[in-house]
Amino acid sequence: MTEAAVHVEGQAAQHALHTYVHDAVASGAAHAEGQQHPIKLYLVVWGWLFVLSTCSYLVDYFGIHGHLRWSLILLFMVLKAGLIVAVFMHMAWERLALAYAILLPPVLVLVFVGIMVFESDYTHLLRVIFFASAN
Amino acid sequence: MTETTLATPKAPPGTIPGLRGIAADWASDQRAFKNVSWGKAMMWIFLLSDTFIFSCFLLSYMTARMSTTVPWPNPSEVFALNIGGKHIPLILIAIMTFILISSSGTMAMAVNFGYRRDRVKTAALMLATAAFGATFVGMQAFEWTKLIMEGVRPWGNPWGAAQFGSCFFMITGFHGTHVTIGVIFLIAIARKVWRGDFDVERRGFFTSRKGYYEIVEIMGLYWHFVDLVWVFIFAFFYLW
Repeated sequence: MTEAAVHVEGQAAQHALHTYVHDAVASGAAHAEGQQHPIKLYLVVWGWLFVLSTCSYLVDYFGIHGHLRWSLILLFMVLKAGLIVAVFMHMAWERLALAYAILLPPVLVLVFVGIMVFESDYTHLLRVIFFASAN
Repeated sequence: MTETTLATPKAPPGTIPGLRGIAADWASDQRAFKNVSWGKAMMWIFLLSDTFIFSCFLLSYMTARMSTTVPWPNPSEVFALNIGGKHIPLILIAIMTFILISSSGTMAMAVNFGYRRDRVKTAALMLATAAFGATFVGMQAFEWTKLIMEGVRPWGNPWGAAQFGSCFFMITGFHGTHVTIGVIFLIAIARKVWRGDFDVERRGFFTSRKGYYEIVEIMGLYWHFVDLVWVFIFAFFYLW
């Protein structure tokens, strides 16, 4: 239907409509065309990702151990993942219906993690009780 | 016909803030993702499924590592390199991390220039991304070769728990495959950008559909995902 109407109109009108259609479909009325953000934003995020990666490498380099190692590694990991998803993948500017549909299901993996922690603790206990002497 | 129905020339309905807006979108009977094209939505859903695949790999690795009574090989030592007579722990992995982050940076800028219809810069940045990706895969091949020479096998290794090898080859191998596919995908799209396919809306040879610069963003989503997975592998496999 739309295609037919477009073909009747002139070349210029076709282009204009296509741009408009593409806007409406692809990226919403909020943006001129697609995701338009200043390049500086990407450079800043890039810089932060470098800093955070360096930090997590230094945790290993200086041999920090125990709970501090764990909390630092997880903190840097979550910050890096958040920056990539929010800015590089543009999730921060997407409609909530999409953001929640994509971001909520992976959170449920944490339940799976919990189950497997109990399971492996149990397996480990059995191995210690019944097989440790064999080693 | 499909193209027509998808490209309804109507502005997307206004956004209601918060949970109410989500409920309104999902209950609207036609499409839940109002201002997201099918291509982008499908890429996101594919990435979601891929998240579960990598989650399962990391979870099985966690279970193996937590339940073994044999000490786990220390990744800090296993992946150390001697550079200029100095013994630096985990250095190869750190360099690989920086390379992959840099590739994500160039990809993000390629998407930006794509929407500005600057096809030369877009194609150049995409090719830079592909070059970073290829470097990453090359370093991974080096790492694999080194470990195999040192006697790491999926069923055993000289340093400790036998599951180390199988977890390592499975997780990094699957990730490397994703990077390789991404590099091929990047070169294919960069060629189209360079040729100006998206300026003249040339139809694709396979799907016969018109291409838009949005494909650069969709490609970018895949590439950033590969980087994202590496963030988790770096934290859980190499730094644990």
